[in-house]
Amino acid sequence: MSLELRQITKSFGALLANDSIDLRVETGEIHAILGENGAGKSTLMNIVYGLVAADSGEIFVDDVKKEIKEPSDALASGIGMVHQHFMLVPVFTVAENIVLGHEKSGFAGRLDLDEARARIKEVSDQFNFDVNPDDLIENLPVGVQQRVEIIRALIYEAKVLILDEPTAVLTPQETDDLLKIMKELKAQGTSIIFITHKLREVKAVADRITIIRRGKVVGTASPDASQNELASLMVGREVELAPDKGTHAIGAPILIVKDLTIRDAVGRALVSNVNFEVKAGEVLAIAGVQGNGQSEVARAMVNLEAHVEGSIALNGTEVIGKSVRESLHAGIAFIPESRELDGLIGSMSIAENLILDLHDLPPYAKGIQMSPSTVVSEAEKRKDEFDIRLQSVSDPVSSLSGGNKQKVVLARELSRPVNLLVASQPTRGLDVGSIEFVHKRILEERDAGRAVLLFSTELDEVLALADRIAVMYRGAILAIVPSGVTAQELGLLMAGVVHA
Amino acid sequence: MRKLSIKRPSLRALTLPGLAFLLAMFFGALLIAFSDSKVLKNIGHPIAFIKAAGVAVWQSYLALFQGSIYNPNLATPHDSLLSWGPISETLVTAAPLMLAGLSVALAFRAGLFNIGAQGQFIFGSIAASYVGFHFHLPIGLHIIVAVVAAILAGSIWGGLVGLLKARTGAHEVIVTIMLNYVALYFLMYLLSTTPFLRPGRRDPISPDVLQSARMPLLLGSNYRINLGIFVALAAAVFVWWLLSRSTWGFRFRAVGANSAAAKTAGISVPFVMTAVMAISGALAGLGGAVHVLGSDFSLTSGTAGNFGFDAITVALLGRAKPMGVVFASILFGALRAGGGTMQANTDTPIDIVLVIQALVVLFIAAPSVVKWVFRLKNLKTTGELAAKGWNG
Repeated sequence: MSLELRQITKSFGALLANDSIDLRVETGEIHAILGENGAGKSTLMNIVYGLVAADSGEIFVDDVKKEIKEPSDALASGIGMVHQHFMLVPVFTVAENIVLGHEKSGFAGRLDLDEARARIKEVSDQFNFDVNPDDLIENLPVGVQQRVEIIRALIYEAKVLILDEPTAVLTPQETDDLLKIMKELKAQGTSIIFITHKLREVKAVADRITIIRRGKVVGTASPDASQNELASLMVGREVELAPDKGTHAIGAPILIVKDLTIRDAVGRALVSNVNFEVKAGEVLAIAGVQGNGQSEVARAMVNLEAHVEGSIALNGTEVIGKSVRESLHAGIAFIPESRELDGLIGSMSIAENLILDLHDLPPYAKGIQMSPSTVVSEAEKRKDEFDIRLQSVSDPVSSLSGGNKQKVVLARELSRPVNLLVASQPTRGLDVGSIEFVHKRILEERDAGRAVLLFSTELDEVLALADRIAVMYRGAILAIVPSGVTAQELGLLMAGVVHA
Repeated sequence: MRKLSIKRPSLRALTLPGLAFLLAMFFGALLIAFSDSKVLKNIGHPIAFIKAAGVAVWQSYLALFQGSIYNPNLATPHDSLLSWGPISETLVTAAPLMLAGLSVALAFRAGLFNIGAQGQFIFGSIAASYVGFHFHLPIGLHIIVAVVAAILAGSIWGGLVGLLKARTGAHEVIVTIMLNYVALYFLMYLLSTTPFLRPGRRDPISPDVLQSARMPLLLGSNYRINLGIFVALAAAVFVWWLLSRSTWGFRFRAVGANSAAAKTAGISVPFVMTAVMAISGALAGLGGAVHVLGSDFSLTSGTAGNFGFDAITVALLGRAKPMGVVFASILFGALRAGGGTMQANTDTPIDIVLVIQALVVLFIAAPSVVKWVFRLKNLKTTGELAAKGWNG
């Protein structure tokens, strides 16, 4: 089935989210839509799926014009969508989720799931999905939950499947599995619209690529185009994807972690006997699939974990047992994994967020009297230094884009005298331009002789920045390897496979 | 120069509370009309019915106005200013309410829902009145000692809640509700003991606070208005300074808006919880002092009235901002003062005032109703605080 969009335009107030977009997806094609966060990809797909009404434009399915006002219109036209955030009820089973909204009742109003079970089995076997209709959603890994969403779309006879940033939540292995599934679906005649900003994946599966920037189609490309070409089209200028690591002097150990064990509130070990050291001018990356204890290790560096044993020595001084504040002021810059939850206070101003850690010290305060004018003027300086794009430093920090939010966190954490930079998932959810900035900044810190401890689940990021890579698996360090390792070897290590 | 966190209170911010109040007055008018026996007698005759309803509503709201702001009937040939006397009554009621409201608002800004202003108010009243009737101290010093005692008593009662929450995670809503009972029954117990019994009386009422400990009257003995209202306004300025200009307030707001990020940036969350509840309790305790030293002068089991609970409403109506609390408490003071006159002069019971108060808060919590009624499209909803409740 083919899908064609003609002159789709949609504005939100002054923002033109989609500007006369033309797009044609052929039968049995994987068509990637590539663009930065906020480029208008999701808006376009929400229009196709009937979640958002376009201001103008037309949609054709198999060259027949369709009016799509509701998701049910889209489904009836054979268009299915898997959202970035799954639309599943966690306490229901797979089958219950799939019949939701189309329930059949048997004797005395009993929910009849037999037909659904059979269909799920059928689709699951056809594509090797390995999904059991009676499993509870909340017990399934994210990758399998996503397959449930895909099954739902297929059972309702979607011939065009929209996947909105499907790999954002997946581990490298799950991503590979998904890419395989996409190829399988294509082979059986389903058209796929693949929305993403990850270049590697686009090159791996797409037949054609449409690039959207600021609401406009700025070009199409074939998957043979280089990653740098695609990135430049996406961002609108030359970008350096893999920053030049350069040559740099590595000095004495700054951070020495010995026999670090971290337990949860009931005493289970989340991290056990972890040992590593980071030297001045060195980036040690701790790689691993989300949930293997890296988050806890990162938080322990500034004493945010409650039950910690072992030793964390910064320049020979023990960190464990200090308060968070003392750890930060001892020379650790800390970029937390979630800038929204732990890094920033959304409703407070940008200026205030820049001094959360220093608010009670001169020049921001004398005694307990704060100096708001100093807070603002210092924020203006930081804004320029870190290229934070904003209207006013007095606006709430929640008004900023993801990249600019992360710049605020960076600017704050690097404004203290720092020996060690702990960066946890520093580019998660950022666009290419912001990733480039954050990476450059991390390497600058390294070049200035600081030790950098980087926690990342992104293989590309780890390979681009690290001097050495420690892979964590199930709360322990599986191996520490030099940066020359290939992505494939690293992926296997992250899955817990050690070379024979 | 731009201010850091305080935006000038614009008229827009008053739109929602103002319209909510108008709407509440409208429903209040319906209630007045339909509860009036003369109106109901004419229910079969539309014109007479509307006329009677108009008269009932007009008379009730006129009495409300005359009881709270201006009543020409009170003027004497010698003193025409007496007709403004009701304002004095409004402010006398507003002062303790303002302090208790500031207490709730401050805790709110730090993310804590202080239901315990009532208990802290009671402890403040006990401490202030005990110092006021038991000790003989020089004028001036006596008031200061009584007020300081009330502040300490309130801050201990409030700080205890913060400490329990910081150390054990006990939810402040549960703890404060329970401590309100403890405070009330402790007061009743005290009123049965010798030091708190008024000589010659066997019912639970304490001796009167000595003259030297009473809040000085501002306009002579014809008016009850006293220093208390200035104490309350000064406290509002203090809370504003604390929240927007001090390092402590910075921490309070940070913890209130996102305690995880505050903790990550090195701010001690347990310290903030304890400190904010102690200061919050101190404000409510001060409210108790202003009440017993300014207008009541003696303790009874009903001393605290409903101040601590109305304070929650006042804080919500004032959007947990000091300036907002000042206006909201004066409005509530006026409704209370006028409600008495309305009950005395018309058939309308004072309970209508409670209904109006409740409706104001209801409409602020459900801003879409106000927007729908007044056909507003672009009104920024500022009532989220009331709508979100205590997990916001």
